[in-house]
Amino acid sequence: MSTDTPASAPAESAAQRYLAVQRSDEFAGLRRTLRGFVFPMTVAFFLWYALYVILSAYARGFMGTKLIGNINVALVFGLLQFVSTFVIAWLYSRFADRRIDPVADRIRAEIGEVNHEHGPRG
Amino acid sequence: MNTVLAAEAGSTTARNLTITLFLIFVAITLAITIWASRQTKTATDFYAGGRSFSGFQNGMAIGGDYMSAASFLGIAGIIALYGYDGFLYSIGFLVAWLVALLLVAELLRNSGRYTMADVLAFRMRQRPVRTAAAVSTITVSIFYLLAQMVGAGALVALLLGIKPGTTFLGMSADTAKIATIVMVGALMIIYVTVGGMKGTTYVQIVKAFLLMTGAVLMTVLVLAKFNFNLSALLGQAAESSGKGGAFLEPGLRYGKEVAGDATQTFYNKMDLLSLGIALVLGTAGLPHILIRFYTVPTARAARKSVLWAIGIIGAFYLLTLALGFGAAALVGGKAITAQDKAGNTAAPQLAEALGKDFFGGSLGGATLLAIIAAVAFATILAVVAGLTLASSSSLAHDFYANVIRNGQASERQEVRVARISALVIGAVSIALSIFAQSLNVAFLVALAFAVAASGNLPAILYSLFWRRFNTSGAVWAIYGGLVSAVVLVFFSPVVSGSATAMFPDHDWHWFPLSNPGLISIPFGFLCGWIGTVISKERDDAKYAELEVRSLTGAGAH
Repeated sequence: MSTDTPASAPAESAAQRYLAVQRSDEFAGLRRTLRGFVFPMTVAFFLWYALYVILSAYARGFMGTKLIGNINVALVFGLLQFVSTFVIAWLYSRFADRRIDPVADRIRAEIGEVNHEHGPRG
Repeated sequence: MNTVLAAEAGSTTARNLTITLFLIFVAITLAITIWASRQTKTATDFYAGGRSFSGFQNGMAIGGDYMSAASFLGIAGIIALYGYDGFLYSIGFLVAWLVALLLVAELLRNSGRYTMADVLAFRMRQRPVRTAAAVSTITVSIFYLLAQMVGAGALVALLLGIKPGTTFLGMSADTAKIATIVMVGALMIIYVTVGGMKGTTYVQIVKAFLLMTGAVLMTVLVLAKFNFNLSALLGQAAESSGKGGAFLEPGLRYGKEVAGDATQTFYNKMDLLSLGIALVLGTAGLPHILIRFYTVPTARAARKSVLWAIGIIGAFYLLTLALGFGAAALVGGKAITAQDKAGNTAAPQLAEALGKDFFGGSLGGATLLAIIAAVAFATILAVVAGLTLASSSSLAHDFYANVIRNGQASERQEVRVARISALVIGAVSIALSIFAQSLNVAFLVALAFAVAASGNLPAILYSLFWRRFNTSGAVWAIYGGLVSAVVLVFFSPVVSGSATAMFPDHDWHWFPLSNPGLISIPFGFLCGWIGTVISKERDDAKYAELEVRSLTGAGAH
């Protein structure tokens, strides 16, 4: 609940402090790393999903092609959406554990347990 | 005669067993709720379960919150009746979690406190944004609530085997439906007002466990019936459906091709795309899902909970595939539609058929039917509790504390208002559900997803990622998306102008699609952009704080 400025950081407001962190190279690197993963990945899975929906709507013949027994392309394509979702989730988890968490932890430690207002606004 | 008598005896056994199992579930969850209420002292306890849940626990609870009756009974039913097309729903509902995982969950956890609006209003003027967010939260949650409660009412008559003309405990089918809606409503009010987020979370965890167990058991039995040969199961399903190979391909229900009517065919295909986009973008804008991320201590735990949720939900949807095709193969479309036109009873009917087959005659059938029916009720209860909590939190934290009291309310007052809100919202949804019994359940869920994707998601993504975004943009995005989705549905063939519409005898429709997403989602994003650029407001310092806090977890609650 403390909004006091500690002795180690005299006369620097919370707002200035966050602006300074935001402009730091370390934070810019963190943002670049995160966005460099999540934005392309979002575009990729969205296009992959859109392809599936569009094929379901417009490529019925292709989707109905039988592969093994009664198992057709539509079913395999659908199951591949499950596989891709699981794989992307796993890749992201591995990426975040290795590339995001350590940097985020370091920056958070530098900011310290101060300089934020626990106001009713949350 | 003998078979009729045996069936009657079986259905009485099933009914008694369903009620007994259901009462056991209610007793256990009420005990948990009372236990949770003793641990609920602060506002953080009430709204966010003290942020004390582990990633795994929250992942289970997310599964319990998300796998609604619409997914368990609805998707299995659509697959049983229309084959492959039901699978489209499962895929949309699952892939949607990647939006939550990659773009929303952790950033929201780090920068928010109790509600969705905490993040939306972070760098904005509080009153307009919180009001808009509360309106949208309550709208989405009420649509979703109605879907679950109307579904519960419709199911009870079927699952307890009350046919028109017969009575149960002196109640006709219609009275039993209303009694069920009132009972479900009363229970959800108790869970939320007494147990808060902690109680609700445990109810959802227990339900997720029961639902998964039931689904796994039935799937194993279905597959065993076909010697674990998936192709044989599909072949039998296609044959029993009477539709042959088409049953295993997309197109029987969505994106139908109407011979000789190119315009209608075009609209049907657009409707399929519209449904697809609303499903995949709706999840990350559902307030009752978003507030679950606040129940864990860190962003890392929020990530873990989404990973668990993806695993559990994905596994569940794979099981529904087997259940749906299993019902088509072993029960058959005719028997299912004879019981319920929408196919909602396919899973319970499959349970009865499997029970008869594997556990000896009608008693075995009755037993498995009772178990699955009780699981279905548990499912509905856990979901409605989550929805009630989300809307009462928003009403108390956003509207009462920050709009009416301008941030001056004490924690104690806020929580008291949240409890009263839960009571009011519960009462209102009971009343609405009784009058809305004729509404189509799937339509209500699709509408909730469309509003969430059109209004909430643009506002959340702009808030987190766009420096320039401001109060005007947030208000425009939420109201623009919300209003466009609701208006388009009102003028769609779902409401008037078709045989299956809410008002089949009237026709004021001019919008050709049943799902508004294709238009209303881009419109919501566009509104957010226009609203932002026409306003000069811009607060770089607040955005710096939001960005640093959301990415690093500094100052997180």
